[in-house]
Amino acid sequence: MIPSTIEIRPGADDVRIARLAAAAIVLSVAEAAIPLPLPGVKPGLANIVILIVLLRWGWRDAVWVALLRVFAGSLLLGQFLAPGFFMGLAGSVASLVTLGLVVHLPARWFGPVSLSIFAAFAHIGGQLVLARLWLVPHDGVFYLVPVFALAATVFGLINGLVAARLLRDWAEQAHGRG
Amino acid sequence: MKRALEWARLLRPGDVLVIALALAFCALATLTLWRGGAPDKAVVRAAGRVVAELPLAQARLLEVDGPLGVTLVEIEPGRARVASDPGPRQYCVRQGWLTRAGAVAICAPNQVSLSLVGGAVEFDSLNY
Repeated sequence: MIPSTIEIRPGADDVRIARLAAAAIVLSVAEAAIPLPLPGVKPGLANIVILIVLLRWGWRDAVWVALLRVFAGSLLLGQFLAPGFFMGLAGSVASLVTLGLVVHLPARWFGPVSLSIFAAFAHIGGQLVLARLWLVPHDGVFYLVPVFALAATVFGLINGLVAARLLRDWAEQAHGRG
Repeated sequence: MKRALEWARLLRPGDVLVIALALAFCALATLTLWRGGAPDKAVVRAAGRVVAELPLAQARLLEVDGPLGVTLVEIEPGRARVASDPGPRQYCVRQGWLTRAGAVAICAPNQVSLSLVGGAVEFDSLNY
């Protein structure tokens, strides 16, 4: 057998992104096991990882991790190309675009919690737009906006606090070591 | 308490503002999107014709004449009822206060009906 001449060498970047994406995927799979009263209302724990990636390694890496999570997560859950996959993709794209904008807010005033809440609202926004255009072509979907908005506020706050705490702990560790 | 304070220290001033804005958006969305059930006015009909359209802003009593006698409609802020009716079975009276848009009380023997309309009507009609 002739050995393949094409060899893909993963760089340090690739390994890091794969590792972080794996963490995000694990969180979304674990989250799928939590029973929830309403489709669309989810804690979105994977967004903790996305936030940390965004703040430590930048927007490009966050896009990679988020999209890998959507694709691999849906494959693992058997949701790939199902409506739920497109909803997740729409939410992810909307929140990545939003994060790309709000990450430029002055960090002194706006921390991970702000970014998390903006991202959570963008998530439901993207999903609602897609749902209105495609799945439920009726204004009735907007009847659920208050529920989704409250969920985005609560889970955005919690995820943001967790991300802020992890980032702070790491910064303290690095400081203590250096 | 100490735990909560430690978490709160992770918030920056702008974060508090963003949380407040998010909560305000939730409240606004609830108020604008979920007030469909709140009626604006009461419509009273006798023998199929509208005899009065009353805003549900202030309390008042309305006497409506029908074939059997006088049906008394009572309006209060946000609700309305048939207070008394000469009909034999008193269905419309026993319905009590109507509070939602689309709700109807019909006093068939006396040919009087009371219905609440307004906002986005959630139902064509409500029966009890």
